[in-house]
Amino acid sequence: MTRVVSASRNLRARTGTTGLVYLALVIVLVVGALFVALRGGNLFTAANTVDLFTRSSLLGFLAIGQTLVILCRSLDLSVGYVTALSTMVAAITMAGDPSRIVLGIGATLGLAALIGLVNGLVITRLRVNPFIATLGMGLIIKGYLDTRFQGPGGSIPAEFQTFGLSRVGVLPVSTLVMLALAVAVILFLRRTRTGFHMYAVGGDAEVARLSGIRPELPVIIAHVLCSMTAGVAGLLLASRFGTGNTLVYGNGYELEAIAAVVLGGTYLLGGRGGVAGTVAGVFILATLDTVFNTLSVDPFVKDVLRGAIVIAAVAIYARGQHARTAVRLRFPSGGAPPPATVPPDPPTSPPEAEPAARGGTR
Amino acid sequence: MTEPTTARVRFPTALRGGTGTVSVLLVLIFVVIATQNPSFFEGPPLMAFAKKAAPLVVLAIGQYLVIVSGEFDLSVGSLVGAQVVIAARLIDGDEAMTYPVIGLMLLFGLLVGLVNGLVTTLLRVPSIITTLGTMLILFGAVRYWTGGAPTGALSEGFRVFGRHGPDGVPVLGQIPWALVIAALLTVGAILLMRSPYGRSLMATGDNDTAAAFSGVRVWRVRTLAFVGSSLMATVAAILIGGFAGVTAQVGEGLEFTAITAVVLGGVVLGGGRGTVVAAVLGALTVEALFTLFNQLYLPSTIQPTAQGLIIIAAVAYVSRRGDPRPPTRPRRRPDPPNERQLDSSRR
Repeated sequence: MTRVVSASRNLRARTGTTGLVYLALVIVLVVGALFVALRGGNLFTAANTVDLFTRSSLLGFLAIGQTLVILCRSLDLSVGYVTALSTMVAAITMAGDPSRIVLGIGATLGLAALIGLVNGLVITRLRVNPFIATLGMGLIIKGYLDTRFQGPGGSIPAEFQTFGLSRVGVLPVSTLVMLALAVAVILFLRRTRTGFHMYAVGGDAEVARLSGIRPELPVIIAHVLCSMTAGVAGLLLASRFGTGNTLVYGNGYELEAIAAVVLGGTYLLGGRGGVAGTVAGVFILATLDTVFNTLSVDPFVKDVLRGAIVIAAVAIYARGQHARTAVRLRFPSGGAPPPATVPPDPPTSPPEAEPAARGGTR
Repeated sequence: MTEPTTARVRFPTALRGGTGTVSVLLVLIFVVIATQNPSFFEGPPLMAFAKKAAPLVVLAIGQYLVIVSGEFDLSVGSLVGAQVVIAARLIDGDEAMTYPVIGLMLLFGLLVGLVNGLVTTLLRVPSIITTLGTMLILFGAVRYWTGGAPTGALSEGFRVFGRHGPDGVPVLGQIPWALVIAALLTVGAILLMRSPYGRSLMATGDNDTAAAFSGVRVWRVRTLAFVGSSLMATVAAILIGGFAGVTAQVGEGLEFTAITAVVLGGVVLGGGRGTVVAAVLGALTVEALFTLFNQLYLPSTIQPTAQGLIIIAAVAYVSRRGDPRPPTRPRRRPDPPNERQLDSSRR
């Protein structure tokens, strides 16, 4: 037991949490392939691989944006609605005319950026809780979409549909774009000042402020970028469907994106994590979907399994983290352990007081 | 921490918390409703409103318990749907089954809350993820069990709670059982929050580290909050099932409506602040808003837009009111993430 724990500690020390997430991805792939093989199938046929990558691209865009927002200790629940709105804007602006593609992309991303800006300003300037602000924004967009549009509308020119449909070998173009975006965002987070500020503000906005960072700016930028990635996801969906479709907001993209981000090791309360882990989280979810599809699992059972797996994965992940940190939970300088300071008054409380402390003595 | 009673007695204190703001908002909406429909306050329509609002009030109380302890419960909407479907399938129109099935539903709610709570506290999974997972699991499991569409029927005995009540009361006409249940639960929750458990819960939400050092068993307190939330969702399911009947869409989106109601009452997400009364008033406000929309004959599709605008405006208003602490405090409190960050930077 101790050897396993110390081995996993060493691994983590060398690779960081992202390494563990990729390890989990490999495990999911291997286990999935085994299950499929037991049924006499093959997970890695060209069709399945294409399916896997296709699934990952859409969720990938949303999750990359969501990572930025979560790193800043914020949240964006409006991305599903922004995606739906973006499909409409793109399809209606392009109107089937190849010469209007650039205009359509510009209009879509511009509107998405504007929504993100409003989100960011409402959260930082009006100090509305991000959960409520973005949920409210989502509701506003939903109301507009439902009132204004009755069904699919607009049309995407065939030239732009290549974005969603064509591929290089087994890799769809959209997945390549998504991976390129991931690399760009990783560089943004690791190399630019704003990127560092995002981690700082997410870790502790007050400390960041005292260190001379304007805590509002990174949050606003993160929200703008997050909405823009949702806009890209909308463009992708529109190019796959060939029309704009308002009903995609019902697919629960925002919650799935958050699940992917957390699965990827980004801390939900901000300041820790990164896009590399998120990409792994996206691929884990996409792999699960592909495996379920190959095994033709009942769609309702699929929901059950997906929920259970997300919880289990995050639990395992959180467990390792806590076993390690709990050793010096409150006493970085090696002070007295909590039981000594707790008066014996509350019945049978002291050793039980903190489950984390128990985990740490292991 | 503004206690409900002191908030009422001393007005300035009340206005500083969310209770005052939400009361003003509620009165404002009622006034607009009254101008549109003067007969609204004549008893029967008011009781009809109470009947309709009761489930949300009950859900808001449950959600309040979880939010004030610093967590979320996104599974309540799914749980309401699951419970209604379970009730319909097991009762299947048989009166004799009514009470055993209600008992079973309460047990099921207890189990779901226990799982939510233990996974969140002992396994340290963020509650958004835990309850999101529970939401998916319940959603899928119930549909798999019933084959996609709800089957069976509720008994009359079951529907009494959501539909009927003592008749022939002067002025009011009928006092719905739903109102009685919601009122009893509200009083119960107020008393609970003044009990040692309630104080521990509030302290845990405010700063779980400090609470743990003061001898609070944080995991137990939070787990009980989740159990409370799930039990409230079960009660809400009984009321909603009785009132509206069984459809596949029962409960959809209720978790967000409940959270909206609680937050509208000025209860701070992140925990440690806010009162039961404020949460209940928030629920009434949301329901009054829906009633108002109906009376203004707005197209039902535009309702979300207005709802979104009003939520943001109301929360922005609460956050601005001369008390800068609610938004900044949750960020400043020294909770585990900071510790871990310290740790990681030294690695």
